[in-house]
Amino acid sequence: MPINESDVTWVSEPKMNFWESTFLPAIFQGLKVTASHIDGHTVTQQYPEEPVKLPMHYRGVHRLNRDDQGRVKCVACMMCATACPANCISIIATEAPKNDPVWEGRDKYPASFELDELRCIYCGMCEEACPCDAIELTHIYDLTGKTREEMIFNKDKLLSVFDQTKDSGVDPVRTHRGKLSGTADFQSLPPLAPATSVNPDDRSAKASSPGVISR
Amino acid sequence: MELLKNPLIMAGVTIAVVLGGILGACSYLIWLERKLSAWMQDRLGPNRVGPMGLLQPIADGGKFLLKEDVIPDHVNKFLYLMAPCLSLITTMLAFAVVPFGPVSHAPGDFPFVIAPGIDLGIVFVFAVGSLAVYAIILGGWASNNKYSALGSLRASAQVVSYEIPLGMSVVGIALLNHTMSVEKILMYQAEQGFAGWNVWYQPVAALIFFTAALAESNRLPFDLTECEQELVGGFHTEYSAMKFAMFFLGEYTHVITISFLTSVLFFGGWHFPVIAEVGSPWFLKVGVLLLKVLLIIVLIQMLRWTIPRFRFDQLMGLAWKVLIPMATLNVVIVMCVLEFELPRFWLLPLSAGLFATVGLISTQGSLPQRSLTAAPTAAHGHGH
Repeated sequence: MPINESDVTWVSEPKMNFWESTFLPAIFQGLKVTASHIDGHTVTQQYPEEPVKLPMHYRGVHRLNRDDQGRVKCVACMMCATACPANCISIIATEAPKNDPVWEGRDKYPASFELDELRCIYCGMCEEACPCDAIELTHIYDLTGKTREEMIFNKDKLLSVFDQTKDSGVDPVRTHRGKLSGTADFQSLPPLAPATSVNPDDRSAKASSPGVISR
Repeated sequence: MELLKNPLIMAGVTIAVVLGGILGACSYLIWLERKLSAWMQDRLGPNRVGPMGLLQPIADGGKFLLKEDVIPDHVNKFLYLMAPCLSLITTMLAFAVVPFGPVSHAPGDFPFVIAPGIDLGIVFVFAVGSLAVYAIILGGWASNNKYSALGSLRASAQVVSYEIPLGMSVVGIALLNHTMSVEKILMYQAEQGFAGWNVWYQPVAALIFFTAALAESNRLPFDLTECEQELVGGFHTEYSAMKFAMFFLGEYTHVITISFLTSVLFFGGWHFPVIAEVGSPWFLKVGVLLLKVLLIIVLIQMLRWTIPRFRFDQLMGLAWKVLIPMATLNVVIVMCVLEFELPRFWLLPLSAGLFATVGLISTQGSLPQRSLTAAPTAAHGHGH
């Protein structure tokens, strides 16, 4: 489809004035900018010596949360295994024994919950899919192991990650038992800001929906 | 001490001092450059080897020496090995007539220049210094690699173009001081004090000299010969280990030489009012000169990390359309001032006038422009 004539803006190179054409002011301006950065300020993190500063939404090793009675929170609904694009979660569900005080109020729980940390792409889809916030990604980033088998985390190991991280400050337990998670609480969806900020002089800012590239 | 009176032995001592000084200075200037660029970009720079990374140059040198010396099968071995040697030899040789302190001709005194009393000093520096382009051409040709060949072709075009303004910019200095000898030009400035510095009489020449010299040494913003985006590594793509290090040392020695020349020819050499006058002790003079040179080198390094690389047509345009006419007019101005015996201070307003004229021509001028693209056709008749 040819471009509509009215959509075409012809732009010509602006004319340089006297000082611009000597290039000297631009050079000195550039030198001023670069020299102003020589002030000892740095954005480098000295990683092995200094602890790394991770963003709050960092996605690291998974954990299986416990509820307030210490039971595994997972209800074995298979939502995470279904959502997982890497197919790294395998769950065997089993029925919770009736009349057992330990499993009071629960119908199902995972008999086995295996997560292959090597296969996982750490996309966080399982966390999004989980209806009861049982699986969460923590800030643990330095995961190592000597064998592949060691890196397949079972239920106990995932629960131990929970015990290890719940009080670390960066991985708080986000929900409480008896309530469905986050999205269930919304009465209306919060308004979304444009993904990137747009210069008000920019042509895209004057479009019908500012900041959004249409089609 | 009696032995030192022998000029041959004294020259040997001086060569040893200069060689050691330059090689040491090169490695630590590379450290300084890495640190400066890191600070400018809010990074830390080398900091693992020794305090502040100060032992990094030594570690680098050790690595260069111990690395496997690869000579690819497809190269012309003789030329391939000769190129880095030439690069280092020519740039080192050019330093022979550059004074690095108060030059003394008395036997037994440390002369502060390897070859004292060469009346053709400036010509020698340019003649030998521009031989360095042979190293680049040979390296690129012998590598038998299209990227290397392209890099060296660019280098030859660039050096041939910038040689002219470089030489022309110094003609004015030579005319004003009635000599081509670097050390005599220095003394002439020092005897006249602060007002005698050549930069007051030849500011435009100083600018042209600095720009052209920067281009001669193939450093950013003029490092078209080794621009990574287009040419992989340029002429040194096929070089590794010590052979690469020799190219690098050659380039850095060139930078040191042009910094010395800039400060000696235009900024009074070791002279600075009150601190280092004609009668001052030698260490003050050497200190002042080295400080000036260091400032110029830091400026060159800052320019490298500030200004983006030129496009090749811009590079050639700068030399042929701006620097060469400007340098020629500058020489004409100096000739007129000398011929009509006008006072020397007339050179400052005349230089400023020349600079303004060039600026005005480039903004107001209506030189015929080469049209790169066809004008928009009638169907899209919007014009510009």
